[in-house]
Amino acid sequence: MYKLRLIPDNTSYPFMKGRIIGLAMSAFLSVISVILFFHPGLNYGIDFKGGIVIEARLQQPADFPALRTLIGNLDLGHAALQQFGSPNDVLIRLERQGTEDSAAQRAADKVRATLQQSYPGTEIRRVEAVGASVSEGLFRDGMLAMGLAMVAMLIYIWFRFEWQFGIGAIATLVLDVTKTIGFYVITDIQFNLVAIAAVLTIMGFSVNDKVVVYDRVRENLRKYKTLPLRELIDKSINETLNRTVNTSITVFLSTLPLALFGGEAVSEFAIVLLFGIVLATSSSIFIAAPILLFLGENRLRRGQPSDQPEAKAAAQRP
Amino acid sequence: MMYFAPWKIALIALACLASVIFSIPSFFPAATVAGWPNWLPKRQVSLGLDLRGGAHLLLEVDTSVVLRERLEALVEGARNELRQARIGYTNLSVSGTNSVVVRLRDAAQTEQARQLLIKLALPVQSTSGLGFGTGPVDMDLSSTADGQLRMTLSEPALQERARNAVTQSIEIVRRRIDQTGVSEPTIQRQGADRILVQLPGIDDPERIKRLLGTTAKLTFRMVDVGADPNAPAPPGSEILEGDSRAERYVVKRKVEVAGDNLVDAQAGYDQRGGQAVVNFRFDTVGGKRFAEITQQAVGQPFAIVLDNKVLSAPVIREPILGGSGQISGNFTTASANDLAVLLRAGALPAPLKVVEERTVGPDLGEDSIRAGLISIGAAAVLVVIYMVLAYGLFGLFANVALIVNLVMTLAAMSLLQATLTLPGIAGLLLTLGMSVDANVLINERIREETKIGKSPMAAMSAGFSRAFSTIVDANVTTLIKMALLYALGSGAVKGFAVTISIGILTSMFTATVLVRLMMVTWLRQRRPTLLPV
Repeated sequence: MYKLRLIPDNTSYPFMKGRIIGLAMSAFLSVISVILFFHPGLNYGIDFKGGIVIEARLQQPADFPALRTLIGNLDLGHAALQQFGSPNDVLIRLERQGTEDSAAQRAADKVRATLQQSYPGTEIRRVEAVGASVSEGLFRDGMLAMGLAMVAMLIYIWFRFEWQFGIGAIATLVLDVTKTIGFYVITDIQFNLVAIAAVLTIMGFSVNDKVVVYDRVRENLRKYKTLPLRELIDKSINETLNRTVNTSITVFLSTLPLALFGGEAVSEFAIVLLFGIVLATSSSIFIAAPILLFLGENRLRRGQPSDQPEAKAAAQRP
Repeated sequence: MMYFAPWKIALIALACLASVIFSIPSFFPAATVAGWPNWLPKRQVSLGLDLRGGAHLLLEVDTSVVLRERLEALVEGARNELRQARIGYTNLSVSGTNSVVVRLRDAAQTEQARQLLIKLALPVQSTSGLGFGTGPVDMDLSSTADGQLRMTLSEPALQERARNAVTQSIEIVRRRIDQTGVSEPTIQRQGADRILVQLPGIDDPERIKRLLGTTAKLTFRMVDVGADPNAPAPPGSEILEGDSRAERYVVKRKVEVAGDNLVDAQAGYDQRGGQAVVNFRFDTVGGKRFAEITQQAVGQPFAIVLDNKVLSAPVIREPILGGSGQISGNFTTASANDLAVLLRAGALPAPLKVVEERTVGPDLGEDSIRAGLISIGAAAVLVVIYMVLAYGLFGLFANVALIVNLVMTLAAMSLLQATLTLPGIAGLLLTLGMSVDANVLINERIREETKIGKSPMAAMSAGFSRAFSTIVDANVTTLIKMALLYALGSGAVKGFAVTISIGILTSMFTATVLVRLMMVTWLRQRRPTLLPV
């Protein structure tokens, strides 16, 4: 039977040769992402900023200039109108309505009533109105979830592996998350509750991937007592390369249809996940492993003094 | 590791069979399932509001109103007490957020006034139920030498009052929603002063919001006939507006009978004009009180006041002794019906504000389900094809496990009554990819072990045992994250966390146990010299 092997068996790519360039690239992209985060900043959805989203289906194709005037006359601040799916579907976004929580609700009712009055037969398909303090609470909880997830990962990996692995995984995670945030800024995809789920899922992939590579490093540390750490890490990555690629492809394939047919709301989520899958796979090889090499040199081999000079020598080789 | 006792095989088969059986109802419309005989499983995956349509409302109880009412009651009480005792006073008013002050004209009467005003304190309604009558009271009374008295509500009492208001509001909200016939509503407290209401499948969220947004405090009070509605109201009276009309009434503050004393209210039609009205009936106490005032005040108008608006102010033509009456006003059939619902359910102790609304129409939900199903189908086909291409026969085994995993996740969600949301569908797809990961790990491991020259059985055994700890590590980290997301996320995102968590747990079973069983059985029957990985 024919077998598809995207990666030949017994590869021995010297990944660690690219460690400096890999780390530098990653750090560079993350720094840019952080800058993007502050300017122009994330496109926060109403979950985190407060405001209103109304999705309406008119009886006829929407006349946007007329709709804009209609909504603009309600004096509810800046209104963004957008076609959403078919020409009859309109998505209306209004920004946060003052600091009072019930203001969002009143504004939503106003828009709803106006639409139904001016365009009889309009189907209001979705209404979301989030008050100011509610959105602040949701934002706090979302950030807390991300922060706690990081800490929990650190503790778990620390507990299961040596501390160097924990630091390596978390440092990579921070780099991954910042890039994901950067991706949100560049694509202008709304950052809302679903985005928190997306970021956490990407963190899940990322750690998952790191665990597989680290697991192999740990196993090889026991198996090859004298192999320099650098070669050992290269060997471990090469051994798990087929798994890494195959898993990434299957997860990618299972997410792809969601991005294509999942409908307006979910496809954005799926697109971010697809980005995350590629990101997490590459960071296992080019970030997590080099960090482990830097942190683990001389340390992960303790207890076998005879190995140390060899490891040092290996590290000094160009 | 590679031997399966017959009872184990039976158990595995049973688990798979059970999940198939329990997932079946979810593939049929609810109406069809309802008609099935009782011995068949009927639980379906419950769909989130974003998929089946419905309203998610977060309400906030305005507890400051309850506190203000208590302060106003203190002012009113002090006025009555001091007047009856003929103690002269000035500047009786609410001061700050939690106290009432009054200055006596004659400082010598301070002690006497103290004795009267201390009676206005109420026991703190303690939830422990102990110390009735002798427990702490909600008010401190202090006085100065120059004849000023200050009644201050204590902080614990304020908190207790606010907490009670929320508890009571939840009860009233529940009763009101039950009256509207919405099926399977969820009503729960959230935080200190919020109430989460989830109403699946409603088609008129506006009506529900109107119902919940009305306090429905009904009072019967006398109209102050002598006073001018356009001048400041005399003490003990207030000026109220008419309902939707530009009328003003001067109404006595004193409540003769309140809505609490109603036992029933029904919408009906006025026998003469055919106008929509609300017929009500008082309880014994209310009926007696109503009879008394209508006897005393024949010929005078009394006001029916709902939430500080005068619905109507009819003149009492004859004493009403039967304990029942009729509210007329500017009603339509629908609004009379709604008022009847409100009166039957009782008044809210404080106004409710909607601070978050998420409403999804049923059509949009259906579109989302369709999109989700197409995506799941396409994803399954892609992954199945890839696994067969990459791993051949063992890929096929993994695919069987994948399908069983989907079925099992669905069955578990039905049994646990977990909610499937739109992000949950995404979660289902992700578990599809992630459950295959375990098999990728195992298959790669078996390949490696085969390459270093192990016999098929030994390679398989090593492959499973070596890969297992990696699989556990990888899945535990994801489970931790999903637990956090569940704890801190809300609504639809919670559904994502639940779906992934269940999918991961079931995939541990299908990927390791079920696949191993298939491989071992195949190995026993074929006895190959080389594994097809």
